[in-house]
Amino acid sequence: MKRRPFPARLGRALAAGLVALVAIANPSRAADDRFIIVQSTTSTQNSGLFDHILPIFTAKTGIEVRVVAVGTGQAIKNAENGDGDVLLVHAKPAEEKFVEEGHGVARTDVMYNDFVIVGPQDDPAGIDGTSDAVAALRAIAEAKAPFASRADDSGTHKKELALWREAGVDPTAASGSWYRETGSGMGATLNVAVGMGAYVLTDRATWISFANKGDYSIAVEGDDRLFNQYGIILVDPERHPNVRAEDARTFVDWMLSPEGQAAIAGYEIDGLQLFFPNAPAPVVKG
Amino acid sequence: MQDFGGAFVEAFSRVLAADADLVEIVVLSLRVSLAAVGIACLIGLPLGAALAVARFPGRGVVLVLVNALMGLPPVVVGLAVYLLLSNAGPMGVLQLLYTPAAMIVAQCVLVTPIVVALSRQIIESLHQEYDEQLRSMGLSRLQAVPTLLWEARFGLLTVILAGFGRAIAEVGAVIIVGGNINHVTRVMTTTIALETSKGNLGLALGLGMILLVLAIGVNAAVMVLRGADRTAHA
Repeated sequence: MKRRPFPARLGRALAAGLVALVAIANPSRAADDRFIIVQSTTSTQNSGLFDHILPIFTAKTGIEVRVVAVGTGQAIKNAENGDGDVLLVHAKPAEEKFVEEGHGVARTDVMYNDFVIVGPQDDPAGIDGTSDAVAALRAIAEAKAPFASRADDSGTHKKELALWREAGVDPTAASGSWYRETGSGMGATLNVAVGMGAYVLTDRATWISFANKGDYSIAVEGDDRLFNQYGIILVDPERHPNVRAEDARTFVDWMLSPEGQAAIAGYEIDGLQLFFPNAPAPVVKG
Repeated sequence: MQDFGGAFVEAFSRVLAADADLVEIVVLSLRVSLAAVGIACLIGLPLGAALAVARFPGRGVVLVLVNALMGLPPVVVGLAVYLLLSNAGPMGVLQLLYTPAAMIVAQCVLVTPIVVALSRQIIESLHQEYDEQLRSMGLSRLQAVPTLLWEARFGLLTVILAGFGRAIAEVGAVIIVGGNINHVTRVMTTTIALETSKGNLGLALGLGMILLVLAIGVNAAVMVLRGADRTAHA
């Protein structure tokens, strides 16, 4: 071995690799891009609502909206860490706690829809066509009919637990038998439920836009207790200095404005409206 | 089997239409995973080679640890990187959370142990073979590292491909630190997860097939490079 070309070649390979790496990793987006991060829920994203309304907002203001869609529990946790500028979720008590603890400026109703219980065609608990959600859950528990729960601290899961409490049933005692905790998002839980023939509580928007329904249909709807209110919160820029306060406030104001509310109302799938705007009437300024 | 049939139709119609969103997602997937593997190699190959030739107390423990880290669950890595990069975390000032850079960091953490452990294995065998020759050239163990890396390059290509396979296929880490934000941090695997949760199983499966084709493409490209290199040195 007289020659030692290896390290030289290795150096060349290394240099080429570095150049390629910089080219690959180099961010293509300009640093002065205006954007905000909205922590929100899977239901608003999976239903396609954001795809409908955000382009309207961005076209008007030039502010890009980046949506992180997770369960309400995780969305709130992320916002508490300052990793979001706006919170748009559906669990009022948890949202109010978020504001009370100083993480958010104020909480405002922005829109609503409702929850439904969907189930298989053979309807083992005999609840198809009823409208009393609490009685339906009781019937499911008595029949020991399979029920799939999100079990992920999401807004839907919190609602489901409240309904069980009202029914006087502790389903977690039956966890693993007829009560099945998926610990997953709404869509994943629907996939599981359809696969195993289990009843499941879902928000109507996700259900309408869900494409893997099998022989499932809505069994229980129309109960006032199934009301599903969404709130919007500006993350407090004093508590979390990284919050892009100005642009985030523009977004919140737009969502609550007649224009934003009309955009929400205008989103339909197969002629069905998915979300109903109900922001408080704007205060007319002198 | 209608899902499989539908998946093919869905995948092919998207590819033929060169769907702009799909192209963007594919390009981002490749950028993130290739960058992660590149950085992992810069760290992992020298480290693996050094581990192969060095002898020090506790080396056995380090080897066990590195081998075990190959099995790091992506979701745990995602969570750890999230906690680091969060505005409430120690590296929040970097403002990397929910950017492709955060995804590169997470995948890099996943891939580096694979590169270290496998390259250590290959180079240790090679070192045993050439030990006397290297010593006769008057090279110390650590001085021999560049030579060993170069001599082992064909074997190391497979190591790099194993790392790339891990990076391009994982979803648990990138979905946490990237947030699966449309047009910003959405890659192939997070799109597949999203479409599955929307109940669009055919589309999700079709995207899975495109991902597979991508992986085959990258592997084939490496094979061709390797063949060309071998011919050039023949």
